[in-house]
Amino acid sequence: MRCAVAVLFPVVLMLVACQREERDTRPQSALGSGEQPTPVTTLEPGGQRPSPTDNKAASFEANAFHLSEGKRLFGWFNCSGCHANGGGGMGPALMDEKWIYGSSMESIHATIRDGRPNGMPSFRDKIPDDQIWELAAFVRSLSGNAPSSAAPSRNDDMMAHPSENRMPNAATLGKSP
Amino acid sequence: MKRFAPIAFATAIALFLQGCAGWQSALDPKGPAASELAWLIWFFTGLCAAVWVLVMIALALPLMMRPRERAEPLVIDADADNRKLRVVMTAIGLTAVILVGLTLLSFFANRTLAAIGSDAALTIRITGHQWWWEVRYEDATPSHILTTANEIHIPAGEPVRLLITSTDVIHSFWVPSLSGKLDLIPGHMNVLDIKADKPGVYRGQCAEFCGAQHANMGTFIIAEPREKFDAWWNDQLQPAAAPMSDEAKAGEDLFLKRPCVMCHKVGGTPAGGTVAPDLTHIASRQTLAAGTLTMSRGNLAAWIADPQGIKPGSHMPVADLSGDELNAIVAYLEGLK
Repeated sequence: MRCAVAVLFPVVLMLVACQREERDTRPQSALGSGEQPTPVTTLEPGGQRPSPTDNKAASFEANAFHLSEGKRLFGWFNCSGCHANGGGGMGPALMDEKWIYGSSMESIHATIRDGRPNGMPSFRDKIPDDQIWELAAFVRSLSGNAPSSAAPSRNDDMMAHPSENRMPNAATLGKSP
Repeated sequence: MKRFAPIAFATAIALFLQGCAGWQSALDPKGPAASELAWLIWFFTGLCAAVWVLVMIALALPLMMRPRERAEPLVIDADADNRKLRVVMTAIGLTAVILVGLTLLSFFANRTLAAIGSDAALTIRITGHQWWWEVRYEDATPSHILTTANEIHIPAGEPVRLLITSTDVIHSFWVPSLSGKLDLIPGHMNVLDIKADKPGVYRGQCAEFCGAQHANMGTFIIAEPREKFDAWWNDQLQPAAAPMSDEAKAGEDLFLKRPCVMCHKVGGTPAGGTVAPDLTHIASRQTLAAGTLTMSRGNLAAWIADPQGIKPGSHMPVADLSGDELNAIVAYLEGLK
C-alpha cells in the first residue's frame, strides 16, 4: 500500500506538469462570433481597461506554449521594427519596468488591439484575439513578469539579452530586497 | 488445394510488388540518381540474400547429415582437417571480397550522384518551415527571382541544383522517385542535385520528424518540358490577377484588412508577409497546405475556416470571419491563378 502511494505520488506530480504546455490552438468561438468590445474613450484612468468577460490573461500567462507562440509572433509581425527585441527604438522599450499604460495583460492586450497615441498602430481585426493575448503574455515576460517555469527558455537567433526565463524582474532590478 | 498454392503465392507477390510503383517510390526510379540508388538497393538485397541462403544451407546440411561412423574417433584425419580449413578460409576470403566490393559500389554510386548536378543551369533554394516548403528560384536578374511554395516545377531532362536549409527545426527533403533524402538544417546550406528523366509529377515528403504536422508536409516536383517550364516561370513572375467579380473585389479588401495580410504575400498588393506561403498564384497549385488538401473552392474555404481542425498545431490561426467574409476571401483566392 505504502509502496503504491510512493509510486503514484510522483506520477501524479509529473502529470500535473503536463498542463504547462497545454495547447489550445482552436478558439472556442464559432465563426464571426468573437465580437470585441469597442473602446468608447481613449482616456483610461490608470491606463487600464477592465476586461469584463475575458479570463484569458490568467490562463495564457502561465502557459509555456502560448508564451513561446507570442515570442514567435513578436518576430513574425515585426514588433522588433519599433521595439527592437524589447530594447526599444522608435517605440518604447519593453524590457524595463516603465509602463506608460500599466503592466497588466489586459492593458497590453488593449494596446496591441486598439493602438496608442504617438505611433502604436491598432491591430484590431488583423491579429486574431488569441494571438494578441499570446503577444501580451510574451511582452510581459520580456521584463521578467512571467513565471520562469513557463517563459521561453531559448532564442532561435542571436539575441542581445538572455532568454526570457532568465530575465531578471525589471521591477526589482538593482534594488535590494 | 495444393495446386493453387503457387498461383496464390505468385498473385500475392505481384500485388505486393505493385506497392513499389507510383509517384513516391524509391523502387520506381524516374531520374538518374534514383536509378543508381534503386540498382544499388536491388544488387545489395540480391547479393545479401544469396549469401544468407548459402549460410543457411551450410548450417542445415551438417544438421541433416548423419555423422559418419569412424573406427577411431580420436585419431585426427589430417586431410579432412585441411579440407575444412580451406573451406573456412575461402568463406572468410569471399566475405572480405564481398564487403570491399559493396563498399566500392556504394562509393562509386555516390560519385555518380555528386556528378549529376555539376553542370546544373537552374538553382532552387528550398527552405523548410513548420509545415510547408518555401521554394525560391534563383536568377542573375533580381526581377526574375521567383518565390512560391510547396510545388517545385523543374525542366525535365535537365539537372537542377537544390540549396536546402530550414528556419525552425531540422526537416528532410525526400522525393524517392528522383533522389535520396537530405536534411534541411537551420543555419546550414545543404546541396542536393536532382534530375527527372521524363515529365511527370513526383511526390516528396518531409523525412525527418519535425513536429505535430510532420506527416502533412508534402511537396510535389512537377517536371515539364523546357518551354512549358519557362512559360510557367514567366506566368508566376506576374503580379496577382486583379479580382474580376464584386465578391472577389470584396475578398481582396478583406484579405488586406484581416489576419491573412499579417503573414501571406500576394504580389501586386500591399500584402507582403514572408512567414507563410506566397499566395500570388495559389489557385495555380494542385494542393493546399503542403499536400494536405487538393485545390478546390470547398477545400480553400474549409482550410481558412478551420485550419486547426485540418492540420492541428499548424501556424495558420483560426481567423474570426463571418460566412460572407469567408466566401468573399475564397472567391478572391480562387481567382489567383
